[in-house]
Amino acid sequence: MQDTVATSNLVEVDQVWFGYDERRILKDINLVVPKGKVVAIMGLSGCGKTTLLRLIGGALFPNEGEIRVAGRVVNKLGDAELFELRRKMGMLFQFGALFTDMSSFDNVAFQMREHTDLPESMIRDLALMKLQAVGLRGAADLMPAELSGGMARRVALARSIALDPMLMLYDEPFTGLDPISLGVIGQLIRRLNDSLGATSIVVTHDVAEALELVDYVYYMSAGKVEFQGTPDEVRAGKLPSLRQFVYGESDGPVPFHYPAPEYRQDLLAQ
Amino acid sequence: MTARIAELLRALGARIVNNWVWRLGFAFRFLWVTLKESGASFRRFHLTIREIYFTGVLSLIIILVSGLFVGMVLALQGYDTLVRFGSSEVLGVLVSLSLVRELGPVVAGLLFASRAGSAITAEIGLMKATEQLAAMEMMAVDPIARVVAPRFWAGVISMPVLAALFSAMGVFGGYLVGVQLIGVDEGSFWSQMQAAVDFREDVLNGVIKSLVFGVAVAWIAVYEGYDAPPTAEGVSGATTRTVVTSSLAILALDVVLTALMFRGT
Amino acid sequence: MMTRKELDLWVGIFAVIGIGAMLFLSLKVANLASFSAADTYQIQAKFENIGSLKVRAPVKSAGVVVGRVSEIHFDNESFEAVVTLNIDGRFKFPKDSSAKIMTAGLLGEQYIGLSPGGDSANLKSGDTLKLTQSAVVLENLIGQFLYNKAAEGDGKK
Repeated sequence: MQDTVATSNLVEVDQVWFGYDERRILKDINLVVPKGKVVAIMGLSGCGKTTLLRLIGGALFPNEGEIRVAGRVVNKLGDAELFELRRKMGMLFQFGALFTDMSSFDNVAFQMREHTDLPESMIRDLALMKLQAVGLRGAADLMPAELSGGMARRVALARSIALDPMLMLYDEPFTGLDPISLGVIGQLIRRLNDSLGATSIVVTHDVAEALELVDYVYYMSAGKVEFQGTPDEVRAGKLPSLRQFVYGESDGPVPFHYPAPEYRQDLLAQ
Repeated sequence: MTARIAELLRALGARIVNNWVWRLGFAFRFLWVTLKESGASFRRFHLTIREIYFTGVLSLIIILVSGLFVGMVLALQGYDTLVRFGSSEVLGVLVSLSLVRELGPVVAGLLFASRAGSAITAEIGLMKATEQLAAMEMMAVDPIARVVAPRFWAGVISMPVLAALFSAMGVFGGYLVGVQLIGVDEGSFWSQMQAAVDFREDVLNGVIKSLVFGVAVAWIAVYEGYDAPPTAEGVSGATTRTVVTSSLAILALDVVLTALMFRGT
Repeated sequence: MMTRKELDLWVGIFAVIGIGAMLFLSLKVANLASFSAADTYQIQAKFENIGSLKVRAPVKSAGVVVGRVSEIHFDNESFEAVVTLNIDGRFKFPKDSSAKIMTAGLLGEQYIGLSPGGDSANLKSGDTLKLTQSAVVLENLIGQFLYNKAAEGDGKK
């Protein structure tokens, strides 16, 4: 209920450490996401970016540090307050995570039916509008099993914006999509962000799409933020691990060869 | 030498604690949370009705057919033995008491565990693996209240109904074979049965058994599904565990309940 | 995906046949209809030996079941067995009726046979039957038979 100092940042991650037992996944993470912006968190698999997303969403709690969304400290909220906050957040999971036992329409209408008392006729109109926004109003009656990967992800997107959230979280939205769907999703992320007046965080390792789309980039490696900047700054960045990541170089700070004994010795050994 | 034995014991203890004690404790906590979150299952009863359809109604065929067959076999085998003592007129008693007291709850329970229990585990496990449960949480809907609790209560409600149907079909099957096929006197078949089967002692105890079994199977099924590792092998392992653990639980509980209910009548 | 109406219909059918099965089991298979616990009155009878009489054994008069044995215990003062009978309220018996422990068939279960007396007043709940005949115990019969045979043999001498 308490609002801290008015800030233009919707999300603030403040000196966050996170890990299980001996394994540290995130080390002293500091980042901010200004209101209305689309921010990318990029890095190799296993660098901790999805974990960071879960922390922001309140599914995990940091060992140290604070995560603030709209001024509220996420890891200190009670159950009721956390649920209240989540109604203002939307999350798109990596493969959509649509409820397979109901139609696309029912998926989109899910949150409206659970959290509002709106009459069914109004819910119907709203759900169709959301589907229209992602271009799938015609697929409203299809079951998730009948949708292609790209379509399923778009329906999931429509589902996550059902209650007009102020913060959108995207977990690897570009993974496994064909070029057309890639372009569509990218456009939708930007368009929805701007039309809803929302803020978006996109976790991805799809460099090309992300740099086209976002306003600001955080590059993570081995649990730390190694670089941050606008897309242009990222393309021009001199940091070797960043260059290797952005330009897809096969050898660099992340070596091509997995550690192995000397080649000649290995071949000659009996 | 003693060091080896100590090491073996330590490893055994570690296995028992890690596999059994932790999981058992977690399973109890899970049951407690499920019961706490059960309000929605009844306030929005259509959620539970949907699950009763999938666990109960879809199990009808196997229960009714199996009940019929079991009753028929009871009559065939029973007649063979009773007729040697000239007591074939108590065939109805044999068939009905076996079913109502034991076979109805137990066999229906085992069938329910393998058909409905495994389906519940697979469904919940798959929802977990495809992040549907996580998505639900992010949408501020408690997956335990929305997904787990209705399935639990559907199992508890369906089980006694299915056990009663199994017993009824079994008696009918016994009648078909005993009276129609073999030729035992119809009048004595039913009258001896009515004289020997007591509502409170036999029928009601059978219902209590099936309720207990229903709770056990439903609990194990939802727990294994919720706890399953989110991979293909994880879900399939959980499904098998549900069937095996439920079956063992039913048989073990049956020993305890029978000893409590039916000693020295 | 079934509509709500279809689901409700099937679950309703499920519930109905489930209740039907329970009714069948209670009425046709068990004996629920024949005895309602409310309409019974209790009388007591004392026996020297109840043989193998068990609780829930029937109480018959003229061969028809009119009640059930509800409780059996041992009276430490008179060293007799005290049997409590639940009699169906529809049937009244005279105060001087007698109870006898009979056997159904040669080796069958034991039950209580109630023979009416001639008193104009009837038994009320809590009364005790004055006239009782204990069970025939096989060992005593054989012992008696051997004793008689031995006595006969002596007499002839």
